[in-house]
Order: sequence, then structure tokens, then C-alpha cells
Amino acid sequence: MDGKVTIRLNGKEREVAADITVSDLLDELGLVPGMVVVERNREILARDSYAAVRLSEGDQLELVHFVGGG
Amino acid sequence: MSTHASADTPFVVGGREFSSRLIVGTGKYSDNETMVRAIRASGTDMVTVAVRRVDLDRTREEGILHHLDPEEFFLLANTAGCHTADDAIRYARLARAAGFNDWLKLEVIGDEATLLPDTQATLEAARVLVGEGFKVMAYTNEDLITALRLEDAGCVAVMPLASPIGSGLGLLNPYYVRAIKDRCDVPIVVDAGVGTASDACLTMEQGVDGVLMNTAIAAARDPVRMAAAMREAVVAGRRAYLAGRMPTREVAVPSSPPLPE
Repeated sequence: MDGKVTIRLNGKEREVAADITVSDLLDELGLVPGMVVVERNREILARDSYAAVRLSEGDQLELVHFVGGG
Repeated sequence: MSTHASADTPFVVGGREFSSRLIVGTGKYSDNETMVRAIRASGTDMVTVAVRRVDLDRTREEGILHHLDPEEFFLLANTAGCHTADDAIRYARLARAAGFNDWLKLEVIGDEATLLPDTQATLEAARVLVGEGFKVMAYTNEDLITALRLEDAGCVAVMPLASPIGSGLGLLNPYYVRAIKDRCDVPIVVDAGVGTASDACLTMEQGVDGVLMNTAIAAARDPVRMAAAMREAVVAGRRAYLAGRMPTREVAVPSSPPLPE
């Protein structure tokens, strides 16, 4: 074990530190938590849970936000 | 606006009053600065936004909230691009989780070539989302029966199209849009197909409560100027509707008194 797990992030595989929290991942990606919505394995995570939720091998994560649209 | 116009009823949707009958989209602008200037020029207080994956490969920040202040404009999230009721429901929940409001422009596309709505899937999604407490403004065809069913489902507004999304073909079916307005109690907002100011004016002259547009402004050569034109066109169309147009005649009638014999 090298302390890494593979997750699927917005449709692409990505290696992250084992047990990384959602907060830490957003930080690593340079994203402001208040500007994104996180879906983990098709379930929306409450913002106040980002610091507590740890990612595991095979987790599917979707990060979405508001963009221009009609 | 002029103080001489007699009072209109306020534009109220889902218990919330809006100062403008024009709702505008935020897509397809060449740059964000032009978008913000155009939106301000339109006089709107409600803008639509879409929910999409964060592009993690891009260094440039593309999130709309970096450019638009949600304190200045009421954000109406859409489900654009969804092709099934399940997708629309999923995107609606994601939009609500963004934390601004529980309003939604529900849109379920039924055909890729025309982008015409899948009215059955729209109805199905509307019933679920209304049950979950969403205030649903439903994009639909200019079909009276679907409009009535969307109203029955608890939508706060029904939004028939003028013509296909992004087509700029204008109001193709004024009669059906009037029929929807006559028979529904919820606000009717014509959404999609307006191409230029006269289209917006003609649409409002049918007596509908509002107009929603995006491409007509964003794809104009000068979007800021077109936004200002749309603002005036919507006001003019509304006033003309309230004023009640003269009857049309197949013969000419002189406006000036006849000359003496």
C-alpha cells in the first residue's frame, strides 16, 4: 500500500491520497466549496459534511457548478 | 419608464414579484463582461443558468458565479440538455444543492435535431419535482393540453415555446399561445425562439405574462444594444396588449375629416 486510492472524478480516473476528505480534495483542485455541488456515488453531499466524508477506492465523484445557459 | 402609463398588474411567479417581464439566459456570450452588461441592459431581475461538470483540465475559471452576483439577479437553474425525466430530476436536485433557491426551469429535450420538448417526460419530472417542493417553471410545446396538465401538476409557470430553441424564428403560433394564456391560471412565459425585438413585442401582445430568451441577445452583433431593445419591446408589447389594439379592417378608413363639398 502506498496510501493511494483510485476514484472516478468527473468521469476520469484519478489517484488521490487514501482517506482524503472531500474538503481536502476540493482544496487540492483549487475549488471553492461554496461554488460547487458534490455528488458521491450518485448521492448529493451536504456542504457541511465535506470535511467529514473520506473517499474510498472506486468512489464515483461528480463536481458540478453553475455555468451560462438559457 | 414613463409615469404616464396606467398601472399594470405586477409580474408574480410562485409568490415572488419580479420587476421585469423579461427573463434572460446567460449562455453563448462571447465573453463574461459582455454578458453582464447585456443582462443589466435588459432590465431583467431573473436569469437562467445551467448545471455542468466542473472542467478540471481548464485553468480558466468558468463558473458563472464568478461573474454574476446572485444578490443582483434571481438565479433560475435549468435542466437544459436533459433527455429523460430521471436526468432532469437529478440535475434539478444538484441545482437546488447549490443553495440559492428551489426554483427550476424544467426542460426535457425529446429530439436532438429540433430540441423540441419531450412533454410526457416533462410532465413526469414535473410531478416528482413539485412533490419535492421545487417551484417548477416548465418549458413545453405550444400545446394547450400539455400546458393544462403541467398546471395541474403544480408548476408555478408554464413556458410554451415561440419556436425551436436558438432558431430565432419568432412566434410561429400566436393562436395556440393565446389559447394557453386564456385557459391557464398560472403565469405563461413564452420561452425560446424569439429572434429580434419585434418578435418579443408581438409575443407580449398576445397577452402572455413574460418572455424568456437567450440567443436573441447573446448572438446579436451588439448584445448590449439588443438587450436594451428587448427591454423596450417587452414593455411596448405589454402596453399594447393592455391598451387593446384597434380592430383590423379589409378596407381603408380615412383618419382626417373629409374636405367640404
